[in-house]
Amino acid sequence: MNDQESLWNWDHAWAVLPDLLWSFLTVTLVVTVIGSAIAAVLGLIIAVVRQVAPRPVAGIVTLVMNLIRMTPLVVQLLFVYYAFTSVEPLTLGILVVGIHYATYMAEVYRAGIDAVPRGQWEATTALSMSPGRTWTAVIIPQALRSTIPALGNYVISMFKDTPFLMVITVTELVRTAQLYGGRNYRYLEAILLAGLIYLVASYLSSLLVARLEKRLAFTS
Amino acid sequence: MIDNLEALGRALPRMLEGLWMTLQLTAGGALLAFAVAIGLGLLVRFDSILVRGAARIIIELFRGTSLLVQLFFIFFVLPLPPMNIQLDPIWAGIIALGLNYGAYGAEVVRGSINAVPSGQWEATTALSMSRAQRMRRVIFPQAWALMIPSLNNLLIQLLKGTAVVYLITIFDLTAALDKLRMDTDVFFAYSLGLLMYFAVAYALTLMMNALEARAKHNLGQRKPLKEAITSAPVPDAKGAGQFG
Repeated sequence: MNDQESLWNWDHAWAVLPDLLWSFLTVTLVVTVIGSAIAAVLGLIIAVVRQVAPRPVAGIVTLVMNLIRMTPLVVQLLFVYYAFTSVEPLTLGILVVGIHYATYMAEVYRAGIDAVPRGQWEATTALSMSPGRTWTAVIIPQALRSTIPALGNYVISMFKDTPFLMVITVTELVRTAQLYGGRNYRYLEAILLAGLIYLVASYLSSLLVARLEKRLAFTS
Repeated sequence: MIDNLEALGRALPRMLEGLWMTLQLTAGGALLAFAVAIGLGLLVRFDSILVRGAARIIIELFRGTSLLVQLFFIFFVLPLPPMNIQLDPIWAGIIALGLNYGAYGAEVVRGSINAVPSGQWEATTALSMSRAQRMRRVIFPQAWALMIPSLNNLLIQLLKGTAVVYLITIFDLTAALDKLRMDTDVFFAYSLGLLMYFAVAYALTLMMNALEARAKHNLGQRKPLKEAITSAPVPDAKGAGQFG
């Protein structure tokens, strides 16, 4: 096959596309969805703990949070991969990505909690609500609303970080493209298609986030 | 523990070599990213739809795809025919990092310029300044002070992003850690590694805080340098919104 001359070869493009889409659906999206769910829940827990826990505990949580967020995801992945060799890499990857992004999302939640008007806190005192009820029935529902667009942006950026999972042998979209390139000594189509899939997916999801932002802003 | 320290002692030159490479990549990537950010950030505000559109497309291309896609494109695709552009891995790394984070930075630059109060723009018109004068002497100095915190976030992101370059055969800190872990406890090696990255990130943040204090000082918004530095630096992850 004399394909080294042409810039773009459709045979290679069609050959690699099914593999790319498959790994996109079964790995990249799975990691993003489950990872986001972990990050969203854990991030909220971190944010609330930092507000309600006694000083020393909150201090330790903040320190650990900053340690995770100011160090590379890749190093954290490798750390966990070599430390827990008995766990499946994909599971580990999802957990690490989820925890890493939880530390970002915790800050988003914090801003959301700070933005709840003082009057709301005073009202819960006036109604002698328990702290538990104050948080779950008054503060968190209001805090969440303003945070959704920012959380959405972090989901998109997590999606773009999922290729880092290849360092712990997870064959996601970009790794699939790289493997095809290596086997056939023909990287162009595979890598460009991987990029295209990313571009389309992140563009569509950014439109979605922008729409959400508009809708939430209007009614609040 | 003693074994670990002995192994670390033996591995120290290599660790420092890796750290030095990480610092070089961060510095090189940051310089390129800064140039790209300023360039695209200004171009995207042009009146001409052609210039504006081209800048916008470049920005979205680099923000919309993953850093690794860009790195692999430069490292694997460009050297093959018909392009035949063979770059040194270090340059491939610096270019990928610079373009990727530069595209994010362009949005920060654009946003900060737009955030300069309209009265300042009107004043430059009243003084009949030229476009270049207006930007250089009035608008940019003020936008600069506004953009530093977000640029700091991106700088930390870039530092963290350098950790992937070992995939294209560069011996950086992450690669050095991979060697170290074979001779020591995994926990020891990677805890040490994370602390090293953390220390660099912290130092960069202090530097940027000082830069911000100076920028504000130049605008007459005084804040003592000492106070600016000691107020704890905790960058806000990817504070620069993704698609803003």
